[in-house]
Amino acid sequence: MELHCLSGSLSLPYCYLSGCKSYRIYAELLAIPVRSSRLPLLSDAMPAPTHLFPLIRNCEISRICSTVCYCHHKHLCCFSSHFAHGHFRYAPQKRFAALYRPKENFNHFIHARDYASTPQRFYLTPPQVNSILKANEYSFKVPEFDGKNVSSVLGFDSNQLPANAPIEDRRSAATCLQTRGMLLGVFDGHAGCACAQAVSERLFYYIAVSLLPHETLLEIENAVESGRALLPILQWHKHPNDYFSKEASKLYFNSLRTYWQELIDLNSGETTDVKEALINAFKRLDNDISLEAQVGDPNSFLNYLVLRVAFSGATACVAHVDGVDLHVANTGDSRAMLGVQEEDGSWSAVNLSYDHNAQNEREVERVKTEHPKSEEKSLVKQDRLLGLLMPFRAFGDVKFKWSIELQKRVVESGPDQLNDNEYTKFIPPNYHTPPYLTAEPEVIHHKLRPQDKFLVLATDGLWETMHRQDVARIVGEYLTGVHHQQPIAVGGYKVTLGQMHGLLTERRARISSVFEDQNAATHLIRHAVGNNEFGTVDHERLSKMLSLPEELARMYRDDITIIVVQFNSHVIGACQNEEL
Amino acid sequence: MAAGTTRFCAGIVSTARHVSIELKMADYSNKLYQQLEQETGVQTGYMKTGSISLAQTQDRLISLKRIASSLNVMGIPCEIITPKQVAQLHPLINIHDLVGAMYVPEDALVSSANVSLALATAASRNGVQIHERTSVSHVLIQKGRVTGVETDRGKIQCQYFVNCAGQWAYELGHSGDEPVSIPLHACEHFYLLTHPLKEPLASSVPTIVDLDGRIYIRNWQGGILSGGFEKNPKPLFTEGRNQLEIQNLQEDWDHFEPLLSALLRRMPDLEALQIMQLVNCPESFTPDMRCIMGESPTVRGYFVLAGMNSAGISYGGGAGKYLAEWMVNGYPSENVWPLDLKRFGTLQSSRTFLRHRVMEVMPLMCDLKVPRWDFQTGRQLRTSPLYDRLDAQGARWMEKHGFERVKYFVPPGKDLLDLDQSKTFYKPDWFDIVGSEVKCCKEAVCVIDMSSFTKFEISSTGDQALESLQYLFSNDLDVPVGHVVHTGMLNEKGGYENDCSIARLSKRSFFMISPTDQQVHCWAWLKNRLPNDSNLTMEDVTWKYTALNLIGPRAVDVLSELSYAPITPEHFPSLFCKEMSVGYANGIRVMSITHTGEPGFMLYIPIEYALHVYNEVMNMGQKYGIRNAGYYALRSLRIEKFFAFWGQDLDAFTTPMECGREFQVKLDKGMQFVGQEALLEQKQNGVYKRFTMFILEDHDTDMDLWPWWGEPIFRNGRYVGKTTSSAYSYTLERHVCLGFVHHFDEKTGEELVVTTDFINQGEYEIDIAGQRFQAKAKLYPFSSLFTHRRRKDEVELSGYQRE
Repeated sequence: MELHCLSGSLSLPYCYLSGCKSYRIYAELLAIPVRSSRLPLLSDAMPAPTHLFPLIRNCEISRICSTVCYCHHKHLCCFSSHFAHGHFRYAPQKRFAALYRPKENFNHFIHARDYASTPQRFYLTPPQVNSILKANEYSFKVPEFDGKNVSSVLGFDSNQLPANAPIEDRRSAATCLQTRGMLLGVFDGHAGCACAQAVSERLFYYIAVSLLPHETLLEIENAVESGRALLPILQWHKHPNDYFSKEASKLYFNSLRTYWQELIDLNSGETTDVKEALINAFKRLDNDISLEAQVGDPNSFLNYLVLRVAFSGATACVAHVDGVDLHVANTGDSRAMLGVQEEDGSWSAVNLSYDHNAQNEREVERVKTEHPKSEEKSLVKQDRLLGLLMPFRAFGDVKFKWSIELQKRVVESGPDQLNDNEYTKFIPPNYHTPPYLTAEPEVIHHKLRPQDKFLVLATDGLWETMHRQDVARIVGEYLTGVHHQQPIAVGGYKVTLGQMHGLLTERRARISSVFEDQNAATHLIRHAVGNNEFGTVDHERLSKMLSLPEELARMYRDDITIIVVQFNSHVIGACQNEEL
Repeated sequence: MAAGTTRFCAGIVSTARHVSIELKMADYSNKLYQQLEQETGVQTGYMKTGSISLAQTQDRLISLKRIASSLNVMGIPCEIITPKQVAQLHPLINIHDLVGAMYVPEDALVSSANVSLALATAASRNGVQIHERTSVSHVLIQKGRVTGVETDRGKIQCQYFVNCAGQWAYELGHSGDEPVSIPLHACEHFYLLTHPLKEPLASSVPTIVDLDGRIYIRNWQGGILSGGFEKNPKPLFTEGRNQLEIQNLQEDWDHFEPLLSALLRRMPDLEALQIMQLVNCPESFTPDMRCIMGESPTVRGYFVLAGMNSAGISYGGGAGKYLAEWMVNGYPSENVWPLDLKRFGTLQSSRTFLRHRVMEVMPLMCDLKVPRWDFQTGRQLRTSPLYDRLDAQGARWMEKHGFERVKYFVPPGKDLLDLDQSKTFYKPDWFDIVGSEVKCCKEAVCVIDMSSFTKFEISSTGDQALESLQYLFSNDLDVPVGHVVHTGMLNEKGGYENDCSIARLSKRSFFMISPTDQQVHCWAWLKNRLPNDSNLTMEDVTWKYTALNLIGPRAVDVLSELSYAPITPEHFPSLFCKEMSVGYANGIRVMSITHTGEPGFMLYIPIEYALHVYNEVMNMGQKYGIRNAGYYALRSLRIEKFFAFWGQDLDAFTTPMECGREFQVKLDKGMQFVGQEALLEQKQNGVYKRFTMFILEDHDTDMDLWPWWGEPIFRNGRYVGKTTSSAYSYTLERHVCLGFVHHFDEKTGEELVVTTDFINQGEYEIDIAGQRFQAKAKLYPFSSLFTHRRRKDEVELSGYQRE
């Protein structure tokens, strides 16, 4: 996720004619499109207090980047201008990848050899590549007893590949303990990771509480009141690198408690509808984020934290699976996709979320109806909200939600770090009738069928490099592995041992190439980053992409976060039969 | 009938077996099937083709040579042949990767369904009724005895019931009034059938067993039948299923691929051969790769014969014979303890355990069988409270009856080989580690956690306990309170059903310690024989006590520092038991025995004090050089002291007279006891076998194959018996083997009385995988090894551990 810079001219993807030496080396080596960059000022808008040097580094980067911007701009002038804007991500990129295959590219720029003195320097060995790809992988299998598993979820694989440093994506997964069901979500932060971090920690609690029946809420409240041990609400499934903020836990808990107290008071007596619960939870959390920033905290660290959370932003794509009922709540432009196996064994993709961005006409329409006609032209510029923000819905981002007065008041009374920051002081142009942004999700309900084999939740880092149809095929083939292949039966045919042996060895070879990854999300990232024009993983390309230095990585790719949930067709089939 | 997996069976009768009792069963089966057709008139398809077991590695060849040694001394023709000879015996075989093979010319092929039919026919002629298409739904049990079965065609009354339902035996066992736990689990098993070759294979061509390739290949109607035991078996019917599904199992070619590759590698000419069918026939496997037979420990008259580990046709005849003897005579004619149902308890009947264990067992069928192999699945089930402490100190574990026991402690900074690489028939990598533990036992003090022992408490309000035990045990238990007595629990023939130590805690209560795997057997034995008297109680307290064995000359110093009770030999001689405090903990039962012949103490500690006592002992022991030790050290110590242990050296066919333990039998204790007559007779007429200790003379520990057990013993060049256990003695710096010497008449082969002179006046050799080593025979242990004080009339001679 990114904020577009003010000029909007950073978006040109190819830098092979960059005037900057170091850039050219990478460009030539990679022959890979550079993705639209964000303004450095914005990207590190809220440096964490512990970072002493980011400002210095920022200066350097901004210098480099501005050169690039400049070049791009030039390029823009001399060449076609139809790549100028944000929407270059999907289709055009493919075309270009085909145009500039690594070899041709090398010939083309043969004179550049002197600059790229030792290309091997960037070449990682397969084990090194694997260790990078696998550093953040996590797998969870729903505990089974002897092949028996009554859950409709078999388990999930998740992984993250950072491009930003630190990564701005977050992921969460948890099992609801007081109600049935499993929650999974990906969160894509922008203008820092604070908001994504907070949402990843807190959102599932809000959802779980929204789903709880009245009696359980009372029980929990009584337990807190009398200081008894609390019933655990969620069982988290976390990678060791996924952390929770210790300092803010008390604050977060108090906000959550206020929420359930209100739910208790409101007791409608009706059973909780999942869709409604999800919408309420999203809205409530965003509201709490906003309120906490307005109220502030006596502890200066916490005070700064809640402000960073509110001023940064995050999209969220969350799935709730309970038996055959799958709900996906989406805010922003991460995406959920269902992998369906057709009767002939082939794979197809079903979207379970709508992107909230300028490519979604309904969404543009919604924004326009929410504001006076006079603003129609300034609302969406260069495919961005107010010309700045790519997602049209998000958590946090109070710059797009608060009135100008409120923003000024909070920034002025806030800590110095906030006051010194250009980004926070900056008010979006044509800012007349806030709020322009909401965290309210769109919820899609889907009844799982036995042919629904898996669900992919991923941030836009994946979707901008891969088509959903390819994602469905790659994951599908990976997950089914040998089982996908039709079993061989000799039947009445005349088959010799030699023929059969040849057939079996060939099938085996096909399978073993898949087994390099033990994690479907890792497998998908490998394809997303390393796919060549033929749709197969090119190790050289993969290794080059992964050896990019921190500062440059995000020019070529975004953070990628993927969760692949595998469904239990047997259980789903059984549930279906029962309902019939 | 024979419609289950019997119909699908590959029909190979092979006597090449590792376990001696299995070998005997297979041999009997072979001889039975051979004459069956003549006896019954039913065609059995019996064909004496012989079998060739191939070796691709030297280790495999050693393993085959070991089998060849035991086949030869049993009179079964068998030879080790070269690859060239293999090629002469079989036309299709590729020999370039072979190092040798074993040829057993009398092995045979049969049609298993027809063998069943022939056996049934013979039985019917003798009045046996067979009800086909009748399913047993329920076994009726009253007062711990079988009374009948309920079937879908009505009730049938019976005195005996044999559960031989194969892979359904587990389920059937649980469908009685009282559950009978039969631990077995089915796995899918695949074999391939082909059309005939262009030049059909001769029907006499030998069966090939390529263990390294995990396959067997036999002639089948001019084509071949080939199956195997893959590394990744597919267990099935974990939840129990309708038996009809067995017909509908799918062929799985992808799964069979490694075996097919092995087949084509062995016989490349088969490439052009046409496939007929890939058969999927489930086989049932047991937790220890040995079949299950015998009477249920809980229900009298309920017999079991199942879990053949895919060797049903080889074992069938012999197993049937032993079980029939068992039912008719009350005991079979051979020691079948390795197959006895009572070696398992209910702890092995978890389906999860079985599922995981059989997935390990099935590949093991083809794996190299080396000494000291431990199962890796289904572990950490029963553990001592000190498990984590010991594990953190480098303990390496083995398992007995589900209980984790320490083999040895790997010192920090020292690495041992991986499990697979450590497989060897030669000197193992832990040699020096155990050596230093033994040294510490000899010179300072070691502590060994021996909590796995079976512990019973027997007490009564009056004299019932003493009277009953005096009848059931051969030694005199009417000793002063605080004495420990080593005694056998004998059967009517004087053989050891159990070998245990009994401490007299008070006038009316006794504390009995038995080997770990006696938990089920001993309990059943005593339950069936103790009078039904509510004033006499027996309790299994195994789980209540942690046992620490403090071995070594400084044990007395360590214990003295931890207690105010006097520990010196004057106050606490060998074979005494005192309840005392150790550290802060009170009520610790301390016994001056170590099961090794070394000085020291066994501490029986109520489990909640275990950690405290262990910590105190380790802290206090520091200045005496205390360290942890494991069972391998214990084993070396007890074998060099000529201690026999039950289950390995001693069995139900061995009497105290035959193993030099007359002193543990009080024939004149003033009352009758079980086995007394048999022992009296032996005392008068002499014994027919004698437990002997052998010290290998020209054996190079570093270079030569190590003895294990089951090695043939030769006296003046003639076979006289087999070893039962062996260990390296770090004190003698020689290997010590224990075993039984028989005296076979040179002409008739009749067994004669074995005298002391017979033993002493022979030249002995031990055959290790075909190589003979000179050995010195001894009937008594080296007295110089005994350094400690002992009670005048009794020598501590007992050991319970077993590998």
